[in-house]
Amino acid sequence: MKTALKPAAVAAMVPDGASLMIGGFMGVGTPERIIDALVARRAEGLTIIANDTAMPGRGIGKLVSAGCVARVITSHIGLNPETQAKMIAGEIEVELVPQGTLVERIRAGGVGLGGILTPTGLGTEVEEGKHVIEVQGCRYLLETPLKADFALISAYQADYAGNLCYMLTAHNFNPVMALAGAIVIAEAESIVPVGVIPPDAVKTPGVLVDHILERAM
Amino acid sequence: MDAKEIIARRVAIEIKAGMLVNLGIGLPSMVANFVPADRGVFFQAENGVIGLGARPPEGMQDPHLTDAGGGFVTAVPGAASIDSAMSFGLIRGGHLDMTVLGGLQVDELGHLANWKVPGKMVPGMGGAMDLVTGAAQVIVAMQHTARGEAKIVPRCTLPLTAQRRVNLIVTDLALIVPTDDGLVLRERAPGVTVDEIRAATGATLIVSHDIPEMQLA
Repeated sequence: MKTALKPAAVAAMVPDGASLMIGGFMGVGTPERIIDALVARRAEGLTIIANDTAMPGRGIGKLVSAGCVARVITSHIGLNPETQAKMIAGEIEVELVPQGTLVERIRAGGVGLGGILTPTGLGTEVEEGKHVIEVQGCRYLLETPLKADFALISAYQADYAGNLCYMLTAHNFNPVMALAGAIVIAEAESIVPVGVIPPDAVKTPGVLVDHILERAM
Repeated sequence: MDAKEIIARRVAIEIKAGMLVNLGIGLPSMVANFVPADRGVFFQAENGVIGLGARPPEGMQDPHLTDAGGGFVTAVPGAASIDSAMSFGLIRGGHLDMTVLGGLQVDELGHLANWKVPGKMVPGMGGAMDLVTGAAQVIVAMQHTARGEAKIVPRCTLPLTAQRRVNLIVTDLALIVPTDDGLVLRERAPGVTVDEIRAATGATLIVSHDIPEMQLA
């Protein structure tokens, strides 16, 4: 059985300069209360690995606005003008990765693979500096695995054992990231007794989850 | 009929029964309005839904059910929610029948540039590189020119999205097919002359003597 942590305790656990995988797609499926706690403790120098940086005032956008972020590995910053402005000003380093490559790099990091081979990015700027490997007559880019100090996961339900299930388009990067963080912290909309989430509905087994955020009061 | 509606109505004709189709944000997403519901088409949004439906009724939006632009949507009967690894597995793995995307430039090789204007706009590629690399058919749906500047050019000067040749370019003036020999003009928009299309095009067009007018859905 897991114990429930207060948001401030989670924020205290995450040191300045840590690397964080944060679930979500344009703020949908993002652990907002953990982010609020990181902003409240004025975290600094974070590396964020996430699909996007949402928009100002929402999800990862709040970390960007508050100056908590030094580096982002992401597929899209188009809907967050602050990320773009800070990138141009040299305040945030941004590595842009094709979305399908990003999710597979995270998966590779989480499942013990030494990288992935993908055709995406061949013949574009994304190819620069990377190995091209031919397999069965087709060319692929070698993309390296990604891991992080923490994975911050948003789920629909968590049970006391840490099993997680997700709702509709709020899955996105969460199930994959739960494999790739050294410490995995889940923020669920509700926490239910073991058995309420049927085994077949569990998308993230509780053995992967280190901590659960206490329920919203 | 405005330019965008002409484009959307013409692209809709290309979407056949039983297809799995990804529509980009903005103009491409308008295409769904002109595909009959009984055609048995499934629209995918890469953030994690197969079977994207119309906007929900006012006051009934679900924060867990959005499209790739973060807008509220519904799901049709038979819909499935998936995570990002599955979503891009479908896209990259050849399971997606068609993608419709916007473009900044397309050239005589059929190469698309649509994710970056160096020094001006760096939104990131999001899922575009995977979509153009992996979809069975790629349709570029865009206005023929931007502020008087040709977008169909001899060679893209902007960073490419993929090395793959797109299948079709649909604009408010013309339908153009990239081939081994170059860009073949196949159809004119209603009331538009071949000379007008040539004047608005930076690239060389291959034109036979009889170019029919577009049919619109």
